[in-house]
Amino acid sequence: MVNATINGKAVQVPENTTILEAAKLNNITIPHLCYLKKVNEIGACRVCVVEIEGQDRLVSSCNTILQEGMKVITNSPKARQARRVNVELILSQHNARCAECVRSGNCELQTVANDLGINEFPYHEDLPAFDWNMDFPLIRNAQKCIKCMRCVQVCDNIQKMNVWDISRTGSRTTVDVRDGQDITKVNCTICGQCITHCPVGALTVRDDTQKVRDAFASGDKIMIASVAPAVRTSWGEKLGLTHEEATQNRLASALRAVGFNYVFDTDFSADLTIMEEANEFLHRFKAGELKQYPMFTSCCPGWVRFIKMEFPDLVPQLSSAKSPQQMFGAIIKTWYAQILGVEPEKIYHVSIMPCTAKKYECDVECMNASGARDIDVVLTVRELDRLIKSEGIDAKSLEESEFDAPLGTASGAGHIFGTTGGVMEAALRTAYKVVTGSNPDANAFKYVRDYDGIKETEFEIAGIKLRIAVAHGLGNIRKLCEDIQAGRVHYDFVECMACPTGCAGGGGQPIEEGKELGEGRGRILLDLDKKMNLRFSHENPSIIQCYKEYLGEPLGEKSHHLLHTDQSKWELWK
Amino acid sequence: MSRLSIMNETKAQATVESLHTDLERRVKGAPPGLCPLDVASSYLKVCSAQTCGKCVPCRVGLPQLERLIDDLIDGKGSMKTVSQIEKTAQTISDSADCAIGYEAANMVLKGVKGFRDDYESHAKNHKCNSDGFHAVPCVTLCPAHVDIPGYIALVNAGRYADAVRLIRKDNPFPSVCAMVCEHPCENKCRRRMVDDAINIRGLKLYAIDHSGHVPVYREGEKPAPATGKKVAIIGGGPSGISAAYYLGMMGHSVEIFEQRKRLGGMLRYGIPSYRLPREVLHEEIETLLTAGDIKVHKEVSIGGPDYPLSKLRSEFDAIYIAIGAHTDKTLKIPGEDAEGVMSAVKLLRMIGDDEYPDFRGKKVVVVGGGNVAMDCARSSLRLNADKVTLAYRRRKDDMTALAEEVEATEVEGCEILELAAPLKVEVGSDGKAKALWVKQQMISNIKGGRPAPKDASAEPIRLEADIIVVAIGQGIDSHNFEESGIAVKWGCIEAFDSEQVKGVNMDGVFSGGDCVSGPATVIRAIAAGKVAAANIDEYLGFHHPIEIPVEIPDPVPHNRPACGRVKMRERPIDERVHDFKLVEKGMTQEEMEQESNRCLRCDYYGFGKFREGREFKW
Repeated sequence: MVNATINGKAVQVPENTTILEAAKLNNITIPHLCYLKKVNEIGACRVCVVEIEGQDRLVSSCNTILQEGMKVITNSPKARQARRVNVELILSQHNARCAECVRSGNCELQTVANDLGINEFPYHEDLPAFDWNMDFPLIRNAQKCIKCMRCVQVCDNIQKMNVWDISRTGSRTTVDVRDGQDITKVNCTICGQCITHCPVGALTVRDDTQKVRDAFASGDKIMIASVAPAVRTSWGEKLGLTHEEATQNRLASALRAVGFNYVFDTDFSADLTIMEEANEFLHRFKAGELKQYPMFTSCCPGWVRFIKMEFPDLVPQLSSAKSPQQMFGAIIKTWYAQILGVEPEKIYHVSIMPCTAKKYECDVECMNASGARDIDVVLTVRELDRLIKSEGIDAKSLEESEFDAPLGTASGAGHIFGTTGGVMEAALRTAYKVVTGSNPDANAFKYVRDYDGIKETEFEIAGIKLRIAVAHGLGNIRKLCEDIQAGRVHYDFVECMACPTGCAGGGGQPIEEGKELGEGRGRILLDLDKKMNLRFSHENPSIIQCYKEYLGEPLGEKSHHLLHTDQSKWELWK
Repeated sequence: MSRLSIMNETKAQATVESLHTDLERRVKGAPPGLCPLDVASSYLKVCSAQTCGKCVPCRVGLPQLERLIDDLIDGKGSMKTVSQIEKTAQTISDSADCAIGYEAANMVLKGVKGFRDDYESHAKNHKCNSDGFHAVPCVTLCPAHVDIPGYIALVNAGRYADAVRLIRKDNPFPSVCAMVCEHPCENKCRRRMVDDAINIRGLKLYAIDHSGHVPVYREGEKPAPATGKKVAIIGGGPSGISAAYYLGMMGHSVEIFEQRKRLGGMLRYGIPSYRLPREVLHEEIETLLTAGDIKVHKEVSIGGPDYPLSKLRSEFDAIYIAIGAHTDKTLKIPGEDAEGVMSAVKLLRMIGDDEYPDFRGKKVVVVGGGNVAMDCARSSLRLNADKVTLAYRRRKDDMTALAEEVEATEVEGCEILELAAPLKVEVGSDGKAKALWVKQQMISNIKGGRPAPKDASAEPIRLEADIIVVAIGQGIDSHNFEESGIAVKWGCIEAFDSEQVKGVNMDGVFSGGDCVSGPATVIRAIAAGKVAAANIDEYLGFHHPIEIPVEIPDPVPHNRPACGRVKMRERPIDERVHDFKLVEKGMTQEEMEQESNRCLRCDYYGFGKFREGREFKW
């Protein structure tokens, strides 16, 4: 342990603790902007500077280790002035029209500037041009970038995609797409991790809420919303609801209050995905197609973009099953349109997702199987929250209500799709049933639930040994793919999710500065599953009904047409 | 009112003067990798401030040039902008009334020609060629990219053996380099912005003086498993041994073929022992040879009819040619073949083989102005010559030798005769040299960046001389290799940046060091050996990484007030000129502590903490 004083208070912290973290442990707040624990400790913004007794110059507290006997003053006149001037300098290069910014109220720069009581701009405003392809799901507003480098670090060190880089030189140094390339032409997976780690509104997702409002306004559409698994874990975070209050049923009520005619659960189509994918896996396994390389899950479009760009040779190993979102789009505009007795064009389907890449996926041309656009619009959780707020809905006061039938019924297996390992676990539950004719213990495959970057294990089903692996976060996935390709490891079935912790930590989730909430949200889904009576996709009565009335059987003719895709034909950008 | 007044410097003037000094230091310490256009533009700003404002080209033209260049940097320019810059700068150069204007314009014109690619990239692609990576200056400028902040931190922490291990990751010769490296690492040391460069070589010397013997491998470490591949290395100098060291660590079988009696190349046969003691060199080489399966064959000459290159090539999987530059250049003046006239190479080689000629009672004239000339002059003093004179065509300031070498040569008692070009050797009837006649020179126009001498009308001077040492550069014995099909240009073996040689059927043949670059520094030769080892390893189908062997302490904040640079001490002159023992003395502990604390830790502060401030493996 290290003994020191901060603002005169004696503190004791473990060795190798930074001054900033030591202060935090002792309830002393040091304002900071660029700092992101373990990811970006580069001391670029110089806002977290503090004085150390006996030292002439201030030090950045985010990357200076507290030493034995050190006397730190976080608010000396020198530190105060430096902090204030540095924030003012940052503001001189920041478009501070906060009223029109999606991050207003959830912006580190705004918070720090407000907290410091900055109420005038003493410097010349110096804003670069804002020049970006606004059709792309990921948007960078150069006028708001504060060059904290977090996006660069997240993309380089966590996702290992190196999309962002510093650009230009000298005092013109800024952040841009690597080598001055066009974002639509580089290997961006649209995972959105740069967005959720941006302290300001420089990186955002394309806002499609107006499209939804226009559809409502047209008055001639049947408005359907579907809610992805991980959405139910997080939708209330920025609406002032506790996790206990923000139930999936209250979410259904909120969506009805917004005006949706039908509110469905994407977890239903997650069950549908399992039916197809588990059967496909067993088929390919038995046919000997997985001797060299495994079958990969295909529900994460960030991962699909990744494998297409980085490991094109492995693309044929992807499950041909569409993602739950796209299966749902196809089913709603065929079977459900039939039930309603309307043409598919009459239905406007809004898919609510914790994801940014889903906005890309729904635009993939060859995906549409219903004759219309299978998914009309994808909204992230952040857009959903804005939609609810803009309607003046007090979500907390809403009574709970059930999802609509039949597409609102889901199993626990469908719920856990939203967290790393969930797809694998759900698939194994059903695969077991298909092979043995009876259900396994629902917790038999819980081994894959941990949050390690790469997990691997073996299961035996009816004497057949299955080697499986689960990876989340593209950095981990890259390592796994390299090992698979080089023959250093061999598996039969592999689940990959582009975002760390899976969709729970998705790029479309609410942003909470300095916190990684993915694991906690994921555990909510695991809890939901545990409390369910219905824990097997193949036992979901709506799934049974859907196959009986419409699809026939898994991997059948209709499924092939509606629920499967050839990812090699996906264009990366139009 | 007084009729005249004496000029007194005001406080403002004095401050401006001191700012000029600060800026001068800052410009000299400018980090590598800047955008050249940004540099050009910012210098124009300085020039504009100097204009008196009378004349149009200077007053109006310089700020306009700055704007045009800024347009290019801001991506708003085109090739039309570049032409406009050229036209404007040329006009200012041609028509400005005084040097403030025309010299500013000349700087711009120099840039438009000198870094035209950068201008064109900004104009056509609106992009800077600079990759925006701000590497640690000392590490970048070291040809072998030694982790300098890392070992300074280790020296500071008292971990001397770890410092040696860290240096060896990139440079197998820490002891040699601690004594004789030309330390290009210090040229752009960021500390220059504060006061002066860190004495990096001095800190390295402290490390090796206090580390004790540091074996190549710690307990439990050993070379990579044997690959079964054989690599021949021609030349046992710093480059060849460096390659052998790394290739040995990588598990390859290495055989060194050395022409002379002993290993070391120019370290032994070029550098006198008062700068690099033989026992230090010997111990270092002996240690390095334990890095793996390394055999040494001495007094074997490769390339001639006895042992043609093709034969060696058929016996080995790869070859590294590092024969150095050991042939001498001659003056081509009458009387040069007289007895008493010798080449620097010959003199230093004799000393290298421990054959010390006796110059007692003799007058020695050394011709040349490089480090080798200084070595010959200082050696002659130690060989008890009556008088040693050094004759050089240009001025002392123009010498290529390091300033401290020139200074040491002078203080040890050698007279330096500037602006003296050799004319003829006066030969006595006994066939022995009697004097060197030199033609007096005057310094003249600058050519290729250096002031060139020209003949003065003054009478020639006679320098009485029994011994004349010609130290005007070395050549490369590349003839046999050229006949084997290796490409040779101006006597130098031609190789790619990978050190793979150019020529017909030269797959697997690499070359580096002085024989490729021409006579250069030890550290460049070492770097060439490192590069060759990496590329030979790849060529043989492997990828053995050489990894950082130690953990480097993060800096602890402490004050860094402006502080003088610790200089190395030397033995008293009258004592040291009588022997060949080491002249230099290392820092004391308190000097080491102060000097290592001066290091600004660019691996951590500034850009270092953002993008890895070090290379963990190569």
